[in-house]
Amino acid sequence: MSAPHNSHGHGHGHDDHGHGAEGAHGSLKDYAIGFVLSVILTAIPFWLVMAKVFDKSSTTAAVILAFAAVQVVVHMVYFLHMNGKNEGGWSMLALLFTLVLLLIVLAGSIWVMYHMNLNMMPSMGSDVHSMHDMK
Amino acid sequence: MSDITANAALSDDPSARYYVADHHPENGTLLGFWLYLMSDCLLFAGLFAAYAVLGRNYAGGPSGAELFELGTIAINTAFLLLSSITYGFAMIAAQRKNLKFAIIWLIITGLFGLAFLFLEIEEFLHLIHIGAGPQRSAFLTSFFALVGTHGLHVTFGTIWLITLVFQLKKHGLTVENNRRMMCLSMFWHFLDVIWIGVFTFVYLMGVLP
Amino acid sequence: MTMSEHTLTPNHPILGRLSWESIPLHEPILIGTFAMVALGGLAFLAVMFKFRLWGPLWKNWITSIDHKKIGIMYMILGIIMLLRGFADALMMRAQQAMAFGDNAGFLPPHHYDQVFTAHGTIMIFFVAMPLVTGLMNYVVPLQIGARDVSFPFLNNFSFWMTTFGAMLTMASLFIGEFAKTGWLAFPPLSGIMASPDVGVDYYIWSLQIAGVGTTLSGVNLIATIVKMRAPGMDLMKMPVFTWTALCTNALIVATFPILTVTLAMLSLDRMVGTNFFTNDLGGNPMLYVNLIWIWGHPEVYILILPVFGVFSEIVSTFSAKRLFGYTSMVYATVVITILSYLVWLHHFFTMGSGASVNSFFGITTMIISIPTGAKIFNWLFTMYKGRITFDVPMLWTVGFMLTFVIGGMTGVMLAVPPADFVLHNSLFLIAHFHNVIIGGVVFGLFAGMNYWFPKAFGFRLDEFWGKVCFWCWLVGFWVAFTPLYVMGFMGVTRRMNHFDDPSLQIWFVIAAIGALIIAGGIGAFLMQIYVSWRDREKLRDVTGDPWGGRTLEWATSSPPPDYNFAFTPVVHDSDSWADMKANNYKRPTKGFVDIHMPKNTAAGFIISALSFVMGFALVWQMWALAIIGFVAMMAAIITHTFNYKRDFYIKADEVVRTEEAHTRLLESHV
Repeated sequence: MSAPHNSHGHGHGHDDHGHGAEGAHGSLKDYAIGFVLSVILTAIPFWLVMAKVFDKSSTTAAVILAFAAVQVVVHMVYFLHMNGKNEGGWSMLALLFTLVLLLIVLAGSIWVMYHMNLNMMPSMGSDVHSMHDMK
Repeated sequence: MSDITANAALSDDPSARYYVADHHPENGTLLGFWLYLMSDCLLFAGLFAAYAVLGRNYAGGPSGAELFELGTIAINTAFLLLSSITYGFAMIAAQRKNLKFAIIWLIITGLFGLAFLFLEIEEFLHLIHIGAGPQRSAFLTSFFALVGTHGLHVTFGTIWLITLVFQLKKHGLTVENNRRMMCLSMFWHFLDVIWIGVFTFVYLMGVLP
Repeated sequence: MTMSEHTLTPNHPILGRLSWESIPLHEPILIGTFAMVALGGLAFLAVMFKFRLWGPLWKNWITSIDHKKIGIMYMILGIIMLLRGFADALMMRAQQAMAFGDNAGFLPPHHYDQVFTAHGTIMIFFVAMPLVTGLMNYVVPLQIGARDVSFPFLNNFSFWMTTFGAMLTMASLFIGEFAKTGWLAFPPLSGIMASPDVGVDYYIWSLQIAGVGTTLSGVNLIATIVKMRAPGMDLMKMPVFTWTALCTNALIVATFPILTVTLAMLSLDRMVGTNFFTNDLGGNPMLYVNLIWIWGHPEVYILILPVFGVFSEIVSTFSAKRLFGYTSMVYATVVITILSYLVWLHHFFTMGSGASVNSFFGITTMIISIPTGAKIFNWLFTMYKGRITFDVPMLWTVGFMLTFVIGGMTGVMLAVPPADFVLHNSLFLIAHFHNVIIGGVVFGLFAGMNYWFPKAFGFRLDEFWGKVCFWCWLVGFWVAFTPLYVMGFMGVTRRMNHFDDPSLQIWFVIAAIGALIIAGGIGAFLMQIYVSWRDREKLRDVTGDPWGGRTLEWATSSPPPDYNFAFTPVVHDSDSWADMKANNYKRPTKGFVDIHMPKNTAAGFIISALSFVMGFALVWQMWALAIIGFVAMMAAIITHTFNYKRDFYIKADEVVRTEEAHTRLLESHV
């Protein structure tokens, strides 16, 4: 740093670093791979459900949820260019934190409400007189 | 003007190690927008949770198996996925400083978005027409809320896209506009990610017995 | 179910449900309040016109994007709303002290219910949140050596959204009524069948508007802390207050969306007839309780974590010692942040989820008290063998340690599900959460205000009235809430406006006296502000560092210049300012350059004002106005995005002048 700069006439904007562009960028290859993978990962679940491939609903559900999880990762990597280096790792940290909370909100609500309904809604078969049925 | 430098060698000014004359803090827009998207993710988490709890409460009314037309949903999924790709092409064009094609691909993206919305609104109107509107049962309430909120997001994204096209025409691919394109890119892809959850959890699982 | 079945009166095409009957002319308390507010408002307008202050108010404050001005405005909002919320508290104490047997008191249930709902809603959303946000807004950029937050316009917008949310709640006082459901508005009571009136709608839209402001503020502060730290300030060199601010804002961003979506579901049930939380057609009111507490528990940690940070700064400054256990403080804060998402069910043990669920959440609730305990020990170890000075901030800190710890202990009592079956929704619960919120959050806010006031305004707060304020709050709190602990333990229920058991009256009278003592404390606080302003030359802080602070905000003048730091500091150690002082740091006095600053803007105020119009219209079902308001908002937002010229430069010679003035001031201090 030599003599102090007292004017920024050289168009050196406050947030323009000029050192490469900000944010991650995708290439044509990334988008193409992502697209093809997504199509496959979408077509299979649709087929599994529409053609009633598995006997048990729970199996179908588990499989298509797994496919969904994989496709989310595909989108994250190939479309959103998610990696551990974006924003010094803060993007990944924020994403992981959010995913953990999303799991807690979903799993927690399902668990709590299932037990709540079981114990507190008369149509579910329990009533106050059969406390030993409380789960 | 003084010629004392701010980062002089220690021998010059011992306090100089404690300050710097010209500091440009990093721009936080992309991180900030990503954080907003995380908050939006949790907004959808609440809607998914409501659907998980209420999604089988048909109240004697129609169920997903009776109502959902998976063929239409497949087409809608295709529209959204294609719009993600075309947005990607717009980003690549912008990286290559090709304003004309950036705008063209953006417009195509917007058209796919509108096509998606058109089919979705058609679906909603049909359901309401046959008495399967959001007031019919808790299942339909949570369905309309979750899918409808996603649709609202796509609507706002499309409005933003149109605005951005005007701003690109006016100012070109400036640093600021590039940043805005990247934010909308994140938003658009994020909506596709949410849609994966929607078509899996609501539509595909909804028709399972 | 169609729309018309939900409204008891047919709607006017333009005015919706609004009519002359909406003005509560038959309620003397409200008429009296309106008269006072109107007089105060007229006095304010008179002063503004007489001294031609509208221009400066608009230019320097309303449109300001300076985090320091915005921080001060948040504090003013919080303090004004404290007066309103406390008035509600006095009314409740008065009612409960007198309403026994034949004496029905002066607040019938439909009014009393609004008072306790408004009290809770205002205290949490429009007092505690703004005050905590205001402190973080003011202090964090200075502590990290930055010139502003990452998104200064968004900061201004967030403030005005919070303020207009508060205004919408205040409007319910004079037009229509407020919710009668308690501050969390559980359905089915808050549903359209049991609460067809506007009260719950006022509640919902006030919180939705304010909630947008809060969430965006969260994004803003995280980005600021991540991106704008001074060179050399690694995460583990940040001041502890900045750490707690980071975790708090992570909580805000992660948790407010749940509130937004849950209130949205409630408003859909009310306005459109959906079945989220209805008792029929498959709805489930218990789902609301579940979701709202998933928000509600992290919310209380949002309130307390910043205040833990305040105490860390104050304990180390007034013990003249580095904080003990910095690393464990940081870890404790992060652990609390994560664990706060695993305890929410302890707010409704009694709703019936059963033993296995209750046990899990009871255990997690007990675990979460441990990191807080670690913090208390760290503060005590910091004080041990320190050179302690009992200035007013330190008094509040010691008061906090004694008071909050007891509140925490009663919390662990409540964490035991079988005990909670007796104590849930009793006065014991009320005493517990006031114990931690007053003993923790309020005491911390007073500590922080006394500590940072000189930085913000250039003169210290008067010490005598500060001590009066402290003692009134400390004594008043215990006198007001110990009776509630006793009665709650005996089984007395909350939210009652009348009792039949005369043996309780003495306890309520003592509690009312405690409330009056607290009122004295609030009066002393107002007196403190007045006296400090009157005597400001005597109390002037010339050095910028009246307490011997250890962090970077004390390196600036009091108040700091618009640009905070002429040169961005470079950090080599935690407690950076203490490090600089220990190394005989001398301020640079030349070589200043142009400084890049963001411009003021009216956009935040305008968009927020339009959201108020839209909110008011939605409450009163003035559909045309609501749509106009919404469209206008969108137009204002889009117009704002077309503004690309949002910054300017403070010229170097102006920086030179400002810094030279500060040099002269420092030299005048012998």
